Amino acid sequence: MIPDPNSLYGPLDPAPDAGWSTAPPRMGFFTDTSVCIGCKACEVACKEWNGVPGSGLDLLGMSYDNTGALTANSWRHVAFIEQPRPAGHRTPPFAGTPTDGPVSAASAAVAAGTSGRTGTDPGLPTGAPSAAARMATGGPADVLGAPIAAGRGGGGPIAAVARDNGPVAAAPRDIGPATADPGDGGSGPQFLGMPGAQPPGRGSGAEGRTDFRWLMMSDVCKHCTHAACLDVCPTGSLFRTEFGTVVVQEDICNGCGYCISACPYGVIDQRKDDGRAWKCTLCYDRLGVGMTPACAQACPTESIQYGELEELRERAAARVATLHERGVPEARLYGHDPNDGVGGDGAFFLLLDEPEVYGLPPDPVVTTRDLPKMWKRAGLAALAMAAATVAAFVGGSS
Amino acid sequence: MAEAHPVGFQWVMEAKRRGAKVFHVDPRFTRTSAVADSYLPIRAGTDIALLGGVVRYILDNELDFREYVLSYTNAATIVSEQFADTEDGDGFFSGFDPETGSYVQDSWQYEGHEDSSGSGHTAKERDTAAGLRHESHGAEVGGQTRRDETLQHPRCVYQILKRHFARYTPEMVERVCGIPQEKFLELAEAWTRNSGRERTGMLIYSVGWTQHSVGVQYIRTGAIIQLLLGNMGRPGGGVMALRGHASIQGSTDIPTLFNLLPGYLPMPHHADHPTFDEWVDSIRHPGQKGFWGNARSFAASLLKAYWGDAATPENDYCYGYLPRMTGDHGTYQQVLNMIDGKIKGYFLLGQNPAVGSAHGRAQRLGMANLDWLVVRDLFMIESATFWQNGPEVATGEIVPEECRTEVFFLPAASHVEKEGSFTQTQRLLQWREKAVEPPGDARSELWFFYHLGRKLREKLAGSGLPRDRALLDLTWDYPTHGPHAEPSAESVLREINGYDVSTGRPLSSFGEARADGSTAIGCWIYTGVYADGVNQAARRKSRHEQDWVAAEWGWAWPANRRILYNRASADPDGNPWSERKRYVWWDPDKGEWTGYDVPDFEKTKPPSYRPPHGASGTEGIAGDDPFIMQGDGKGWLYAPSGVLDGPLPTHYEPVESPVRNPLYRQQANPTRKTYAHPVNSVNPSPPEEHSQVFPYVFTVSRLTEHHTAGGMSRTVRPLAELQPEMFVEVSPELAAERGLAHLDWAHLVSGRAVIEAKVLVTDRLTPLRVDGRIIHQVWLPYHFGFEGLVTGDSANDLFGISLDPNVLIQESKVGTCDVRPGRRPTGTALLDLVAEYQRRAGIIPGRNAPVVTTDSDGEGRGDS
Repeated sequence: MIPDPNSLYGPLDPAPDAGWSTAPPRMGFFTDTSVCIGCKACEVACKEWNGVPGSGLDLLGMSYDNTGALTANSWRHVAFIEQPRPAGHRTPPFAGTPTDGPVSAASAAVAAGTSGRTGTDPGLPTGAPSAAARMATGGPADVLGAPIAAGRGGGGPIAAVARDNGPVAAAPRDIGPATADPGDGGSGPQFLGMPGAQPPGRGSGAEGRTDFRWLMMSDVCKHCTHAACLDVCPTGSLFRTEFGTVVVQEDICNGCGYCISACPYGVIDQRKDDGRAWKCTLCYDRLGVGMTPACAQACPTESIQYGELEELRERAAARVATLHERGVPEARLYGHDPNDGVGGDGAFFLLLDEPEVYGLPPDPVVTTRDLPKMWKRAGLAALAMAAATVAAFVGGSS
Repeated sequence: MAEAHPVGFQWVMEAKRRGAKVFHVDPRFTRTSAVADSYLPIRAGTDIALLGGVVRYILDNELDFREYVLSYTNAATIVSEQFADTEDGDGFFSGFDPETGSYVQDSWQYEGHEDSSGSGHTAKERDTAAGLRHESHGAEVGGQTRRDETLQHPRCVYQILKRHFARYTPEMVERVCGIPQEKFLELAEAWTRNSGRERTGMLIYSVGWTQHSVGVQYIRTGAIIQLLLGNMGRPGGGVMALRGHASIQGSTDIPTLFNLLPGYLPMPHHADHPTFDEWVDSIRHPGQKGFWGNARSFAASLLKAYWGDAATPENDYCYGYLPRMTGDHGTYQQVLNMIDGKIKGYFLLGQNPAVGSAHGRAQRLGMANLDWLVVRDLFMIESATFWQNGPEVATGEIVPEECRTEVFFLPAASHVEKEGSFTQTQRLLQWREKAVEPPGDARSELWFFYHLGRKLREKLAGSGLPRDRALLDLTWDYPTHGPHAEPSAESVLREINGYDVSTGRPLSSFGEARADGSTAIGCWIYTGVYADGVNQAARRKSRHEQDWVAAEWGWAWPANRRILYNRASADPDGNPWSERKRYVWWDPDKGEWTGYDVPDFEKTKPPSYRPPHGASGTEGIAGDDPFIMQGDGKGWLYAPSGVLDGPLPTHYEPVESPVRNPLYRQQANPTRKTYAHPVNSVNPSPPEEHSQVFPYVFTVSRLTEHHTAGGMSRTVRPLAELQPEMFVEVSPELAAERGLAHLDWAHLVSGRAVIEAKVLVTDRLTPLRVDGRIIHQVWLPYHFGFEGLVTGDSANDLFGISLDPNVLIQESKVGTCDVRPGRRPTGTALLDLVAEYQRRAGIIPGRNAPVVTTDSDGEGRGDS
């Protein structure tokens, strides 16, 4: 279907749509997470080039991610996901190593308790002692040569959950929703598929762990085809550039914050000390002089690729096909489809798992999609009220 | 590699894109493991067992590149009948002298050379880290050898190698390293399948490999594999060392080491080299084959570069001015000497030993006992502030008001604020232009030393004392420019390159070096980098504008050669081994060697050339001897001399290990360098008692986000916030065993120190099953210290001082410790805790356990 001009939904070339009569081709990012090595050079290059302030010196405990999320002070964010999942094309990293349970249920339970302060927002849930206690059984108790009784020094609810030598299948599955990952093997606490849903290491089952993979992904503003942040901006601070990207003009932003609740990805954010909204500009200043954005320039493995969006989409499709051929069936694209809820992203991704695993919404929809319909209804309602009012007057006079 | 060398790792990813299979061996699952096709967890310090297993796999299955091995290595050479292997000596080769803890190497020699080794005791070589000088060439060996081309002689190197590694079976690899057999076989199979006539494989290691008491032998084992598989001197092959930071290669070529002069000329020893002739002969070994025959020209030219007109043939080119070694002047001996008050002053340039060196407490106590200390760095680092902020202040061991050391902190220019060259692992020199002016008082090292020398010479001007002549006679005339009188780095490069003394013409190859005083060369292996008066290191021709060897990008020593020993890329007759791996070959029509690279061979010496009897120097190298810097022209599977701890690598346990050596009675390297000093101690290992006091193995390394001791990253906000706290990584199993909670504190105790760290419980660490036991390993970053935006305890504080005998590098990649939940004690309670552990472990500081393992039982050893 050919969209209407100024459509709020569906496929669209956003720059001409925004009124650029001689717009260059739409530019964007293709981030191929299958070659990301988590070096965070993108984060550093972005901060250096754009003068982005510090985002805090907090150890988050979310694997090697101490940035936490895309914020006003972090325009690139590398997520690290430790997963007890097979990596498909490779030998299980921990096959044959003695990763069976620890010496006692009580000590396992202690290990599972995280401290209160995790520094994350919304933060890690505190540990799941019962899950860890389950780990504690079934394995050899001879780590230092001496058998140690389960439940030593512990007690209470922990010991009650701990099994002595029961079959693994009997493990109480009381942790997390029942959306078990198929690769999880059914033992121990279930993998939730969300970063930070449980502390690293807590996913181990009593049978030991053999499969493991470590996903890394550099996240960034998606520069949506239909950018809700831009749609709701009352000052015109947010605008569509000739490259089809979305940029905040810091000298116009009045800090109203409408854009923040409008973003379906939770990208744009308010800087606490100045009240204004900030996010990735896709290095608008560099693009203007034909340069590559700082993050893509710094990326050593070409995980972040910058170029004409059309060409990037072709390249990405070819890469997915190659990975499928090489036995990586889990490779898939995210944000590449012009028919998705935001009309496709200017910055799209090759992922190795469900989007939720990386903290991305599975089916983002531009929050202003329903505005016309809402306005129509509001209009109808207003008309109806007006008609009723008129009718009341007319009726009253008769 | 992805963790510490992310930029270089792009080429591994590129290879992977093209279908390469990547293996990663590491005690912990890192960012490299995350993208590798196969990850092999290994017990830290057991690499020789793993690689020895690969050697056995190759020999047992006859997977070696036989034609290459026969012609180009010393596989066929027959070794003295006096030689006895570690298999027969329960961990000792023949010639061990328990008195000095070193070997007499006569019995290791090739047959007929037993008396010509002249090595005697090697204790002195150990003290002077003599192994380092072999970075550019092999050790001395006579050129004429007896060979058995059938490889059947029981004393030929091939058979000795086979017997030596016979017990390094997949079962033994599993038992020692904790690597399951299937995984080991997967690695061995892939490595061998991708080597040979049509394919080559590369071995990449990083400097963590060197930081072991058997570090040199790790690399020797890798080299043996690469020689057996025909992966040396050929494109896509080799052994590549990824250095710890920029220009480490350059800092051994133009050394910052106590025992070397530029170009791997050894620093003279006061007793052994009283005269110029004796010094030169100790390098060139009259009668030996190879290019070191010209050592006299290189040595004379170096002295001529130092002392110019004052250096004449009559006064032996001022040889008397050169400083002399009297023994071990290595960094650790120096630190102990500081503690003992024997060293008064210290220059510290771009180094942060208070954090970066093993046994941090010893480093800080040493520096606190100097008259003066000069620190030149970009930031106020721990090594400049230890006297007021160091952990010893809290324990009362250093009292700031009483600390006698006067510290001079001088701000230094960073690499983008000065011009110069970097030399990387391929020996490639790349020139750097200055991008920005250094801020404030920050100055380059070149500026500092030039003006320091200038001022010293001004102060000494007119002195009649002979001892001042060495300084006053120096050529010290570098042109300067700019408001701060910055010396010209290119003029230094020109001197390094060398020039004709009478005309000033820059030399174009070290073949032009003369011993008559007519040439001056600052570093003979770099000759050619300024050929034709052009800075060849500054060449930047794109790889798209030249062939794939890219000979016009930068400049590689020697002679712009990109692959050393590349004669080996052709078969003995001079033809390429295969079309696919064509690189350098003999052109019979032109009668010369040709190819993509500069041939590493005399250009017109035909493959059929055979040296006349008794020939020496370059004349002694046959037309099919590619390893031209070796005394016999062969790649050494077996090193008859030059390696102080054995002609073949042997698995010894780390100095601190919870495991009894499963292979030999001898537990750890018997020739390691130890220091019996009250500040130093070694945690007990089996069969000593009380090893269970320190039940866990710890290893340290880098995070991508930080750089070495943190001076350039913990001080920079965008980097500091990416890894903001010291942490220790533990497996869920160990966390459970020790009651450690994610993000809570833990402290680690060794016989030297207690440090604390936040706990990261992660599946990336795994326990290992070793010799029937479960061994837990923990991992720590070594970046943290007490200065900067983010601070934490220093992991290197946990280590003691035990060194590799060949190069005096410390074992700082593996040790034993205890791990306890909670924060460490502070103040004197911290010292009490260490003392308590020492008491429980039976450690008496200053007294080392004997290096020779004395128990006689064979329990736990793999005799079967």
